[in-house]
Parts: sequence; structure tokens; C-alpha cells
Amino acid sequence: MLKYIFKRFLWMILTIWIIVTLTFFLMHAIPGDPLDVADVGSSDAASANLAAYYNLDQSLPMQYVTYLKNVATFDFGPSMTSRSRTVNDMLESGFPASLQLGLATLFFSVISGVALGVFAALRHNRMIDYVTMILAVIGISIPNFIQSMLFINYIAVNIEFFPIARWGTYRHVILPAIALASGPMAIIARLTRSNMLEVLTQDYIRTAKAKGLSARKIVVKHALRNALLPVVTIMGALTAAVLTGSFVVERIFAIPGIGQYFVSSISNRDYPMIMATTVIYSSILVVMMFIVDILYGFIDPRIKLHAKED
Amino acid sequence: MALTQNRTNKQKIDDSLFVPLDKHSAELDVMVRPSLGFWQDAWKRLLKNKLAVSGLFLIVLLTIMAIIGPWLTPYTYSEQTLSNQNMGPSSEHWFGTDNLGRDMFTRTWYGARISLFIGFSAALIEFIIGVIYGGISGYKGGRTDNILMRIIDILYGLPYLLVVILLMVVMGPGLFTIIIALTLTGWIGMARIVRGQVLQLKTNEYVLASKVLGANTSRIIRKHLLPNTMGPVIVSMTLTVPGAIFAEAFLSFLGLGVSAPIASWGSMANDALGVLNTGYWWRLFFPAFFISLTMLAFNVFGDGLRDALDPKLRR
Repeated sequence: MLKYIFKRFLWMILTIWIIVTLTFFLMHAIPGDPLDVADVGSSDAASANLAAYYNLDQSLPMQYVTYLKNVATFDFGPSMTSRSRTVNDMLESGFPASLQLGLATLFFSVISGVALGVFAALRHNRMIDYVTMILAVIGISIPNFIQSMLFINYIAVNIEFFPIARWGTYRHVILPAIALASGPMAIIARLTRSNMLEVLTQDYIRTAKAKGLSARKIVVKHALRNALLPVVTIMGALTAAVLTGSFVVERIFAIPGIGQYFVSSISNRDYPMIMATTVIYSSILVVMMFIVDILYGFIDPRIKLHAKED
Repeated sequence: MALTQNRTNKQKIDDSLFVPLDKHSAELDVMVRPSLGFWQDAWKRLLKNKLAVSGLFLIVLLTIMAIIGPWLTPYTYSEQTLSNQNMGPSSEHWFGTDNLGRDMFTRTWYGARISLFIGFSAALIEFIIGVIYGGISGYKGGRTDNILMRIIDILYGLPYLLVVILLMVVMGPGLFTIIIALTLTGWIGMARIVRGQVLQLKTNEYVLASKVLGANTSRIIRKHLLPNTMGPVIVSMTLTVPGAIFAEAFLSFLGLGVSAPIASWGSMANDALGVLNTGYWWRLFFPAFFISLTMLAFNVFGDGLRDALDPKLRR
């Protein structure tokens, strides 16, 4: 068990390293000089100073080594657009909002997705089942950026029930979180429903019924536990969807998060910022998948983690 | 044993005891149900699913409109008439006009061309790469499989839209950049499905029988393995299309999609963001409605297809 976790951990580090390397060389393959965009004085001395400031005067392999060292210590260097701030400053100012939004989204999509899926399965082929599944298909079909726009226009502006944009109180979180969560929620609801339907026909459910357990206990203790397993597996992919979705939702709702910086850093060719966000987002994703993998073994004792080693 | 002994004791069995069968009784062998192949059977089941059929109908309708739609009006997608800014839907401009006086009907269906083209070509390319990669991985197994799967693990760790965005920056925006960027990571799911199927199928007896009869590798793959993986693969392809359409709209919405005069549903929705509160509802409604409708059609059809192709549900 420990051996497997350790091995999996090493693999995770390796993956992050490869992603960092890929991003680094991709960035340097982009045509155009970043210092042109930074729009500074034309004197040669100033350019040379700037190149030295951003480590651009070194050879590419040397830059790579320096970069690796810096990333390992979570130092992403100075930003190219905002001269007085480092990338770390910007990340620190953007991270809390992004984290709040991400956690609220994951929480909302998992809780309501599982609940809807369970109710739909327990009332199979009845009204609530159909309504839930129709909602799920709609949730998958309407892109999150369109939902955001509709929410802003019809709920925030017309009814004035929620604040339109910006960030601060919990009321600001609700609309963007719903827009981001409805897609993952629909996927979780459908998955939970189909798994519940399958699990409910199993013999051990009949045994539990025969023992005289209450319906509630059967659902929570026996059915749900087994039905949730596949839901845990897709958490990695869902995290990725939430992360990328946050780029656009943060932009629409004017939330001061990392996603906003990422989008603007692309058009500004702010290399350190692009690399930093890429590394952070992929690391979050890779760590999430690591957790899911380990968690999987704990939830389902039938899966022997060390069996995967060979 | 006892019974036959009994009989032989009582009477001798000779030819006179046997009566030849009537010819018509041979017809009892006739199938009650017409013999249907797997695909015919699946097709029949699909036709029974009203939702899936309406999804298919919508897909066909949207495709036809994408082809002929832009020709139904006297306008082009890029023609600007500045005196006709932001006009509501009318008999002249069926879907209204945008802030540059461009006809929204023409632009909407021109955007449908882009979206469907990206969706279909992404699905096709992912199909080709996924089947080859997954097929090799599953069939070869062992070391090859291990290495190929580790590569997939790394690619899977990259947030896919991030790769897409980075590539758009490196290669410059454009239709083919989007398709390449989408397929670069998109084939992973397909390869995994094919690999899983092939791993499972290659141990089946009929594959062994074919090997014993002297079939070579390519024949086994072509005749036995590939046709049997097609069910899940086709379902996955159907569900790839809405994913690609969403990704294109998403990228265009971020301003990383097709460049300016070309219409795309995502960029049209993005343009509408600025005038959301001004009452020009048609600016957002038409692109948003058709993105959602297309994704709905493909999702519903893909779900129906999965049910139709699932042998577990076969009756």
C-alpha cells in the first residue's frame, strides 16, 4: 500500500516536471520578443538591463535550469506587464477568489448531483426521474459562459436578486458557482442515477431488505456507497472542467481570480504569468488525480492498490 | 439404459417402425424473427427511441441549414451596413443585425458551418488516432502497452483547454489550429476505450480459433477486433462532437477562436456580452440557442446510440 502510494507520488512529480518542461519550451517557441510587447525605452542599455532582469540574456538551457530551480521554490519571477509586481504577488491576490469559487463549485456540483441522481434512481421512471434527467441534459447542453450571461441579465440585472459582478460576500459566489457547477452536476447526477439503478438490483440489497433495515439505511449504507465509486473516478476530469471553465466565468462576472490573469496574460504575452498559471493549474489537476487514485483504494477495499504495480 | 434394455426385450426394432418426416415439418426450422445483424438490430432499437430519433433529425436539419442557410439571404457573413445597426428580427433580417449591421441569420448559419466542421473533423481525427494508438496498445500489450499508457497519463494531466490555449498562442488563431489543438489531447479518451475493448476481445475464443486457422495479425485486427470495438467507439465519437463544438465556442468566446470577420457562435455570443443590458436580445439569443440546440441534439442522440448498442439491453 505505502509502496504504491510512494510510487504514485513519484509518478506525479515526474508528470509535473514534464508539464513544466513542455510549457517552458512551448512558451519559447512563440514567435515575437516579449520585451517588444512590454514596450520599454529603445536604448540598448535599458534593453540589456531588462533582458538580464527577466533572465533572457542567458542561453536557453541555462534559462531552463534557472526556471526549474525557481519553480521548485514556488518563485515565478517578475511579471512582464505589471512592472512593479511579481507573478507571485498577482497569484496571491487572485488565488483566494479562484479557490473560493472552485471549492464552492465542486461542493455544489457533488452534493446536488449526487442528491438528484439518488432521488431519480429511487423514483425510477416517475416524474422526478424524468424531470431530473431533462434538467441534466439541459445542464450539459447549455455552455457555462451562456448560463453566466443569462444569469447576469435575468437574475442579477432584471430581478436584482444577486449582485451583478465583483467579489466579496457569499452572495457574489452563488451565481458564478451555479453557472460553473451545472455541467459537472448534470454529469454526476446521470452517473449516480445509472449506478444506483444497477446497484439496487443486487442481491445484497435484497438481503438488507430481508433483514428489515429501513429504506434510508439501505440507501445510505449499502446502495450509495457502491454507487458513488464511479463518481469518485471522474472527479479528476471534473476538476479540470471546473478549472478551465473558471477562466471564462471569472471574466464574465469580473471576479478578480487567477483565471482572469491567465486570459489577459495570453494577449499580453506575459510569459512568466502564462507559465505560472499553467504550472499551477496542471499541478492542481495532477494532485487531484493522485488523491482520487489513492482514495479509490480506501473506499473500495476490493481494489488492491499494489495489484496495479506490475 | 434400463429403458432401452426393456424395449429390446419386448420388441425388435426394425425399419418399419420409422416413418419418414413430412416435407413441411422441415419448415419448422424457419426463424420466427427475421435474422438481423448486430447493426440492423441496433438500428431498430434506435428507431424506437423517440428522443434519439429527434436528436438525429435535429442534427440532419442543422447540417442542411449550415450548408444552405447562408445562401438563403442576399447578404454575406461579413457585409457591413452601418445604417442597419442592431435591428431587431424583421422580414428583411430574419434574426436581426449586429452592431456592424451584419445579417445575423447569415452569420448564424455560417457559424453553424464552422462549428459543425470543427465538431465532425475533430471526431474523425480523434477516431483515427485513437483507434490506431489504442489498438496497438491493447493488442501488443505488455511493455508497449505500459509505455503507451504512461504517455497517455502525462497528457491526461495537462488541463486540455490550457494546451489548446497555449497552442493557439504558438500557432496563431485559425480554423485548423483549433482542430489540431482540440485533437492533440482529445484522442486520449478514444484510445483508452479502444485499448480496453481490444484487451478484452483478444482473449476471446474466436480470436484464438482464427489464429489457429492461420490468420495473420492484420486480418485478426481488421476482421475480428476492430468491428467488435465499433459500438463504444461510435458512441464516443457522437459525444466528441458536442465537446468540440463547446470547446470552439469557448475559445471564440475568449477571443482565441477564428479571427474577426468570420462568424462563429462563440464569437457572436462574446460580441453580445457588451450589449447584454441594452435590449438587443437577439444578439445573444440566436447564437446561444443554436449552440445549446446542437449540443442537446448530439448528446441526446449519443445517449440513444449508447442504449441501442449496449448488448446488455438486448432482448
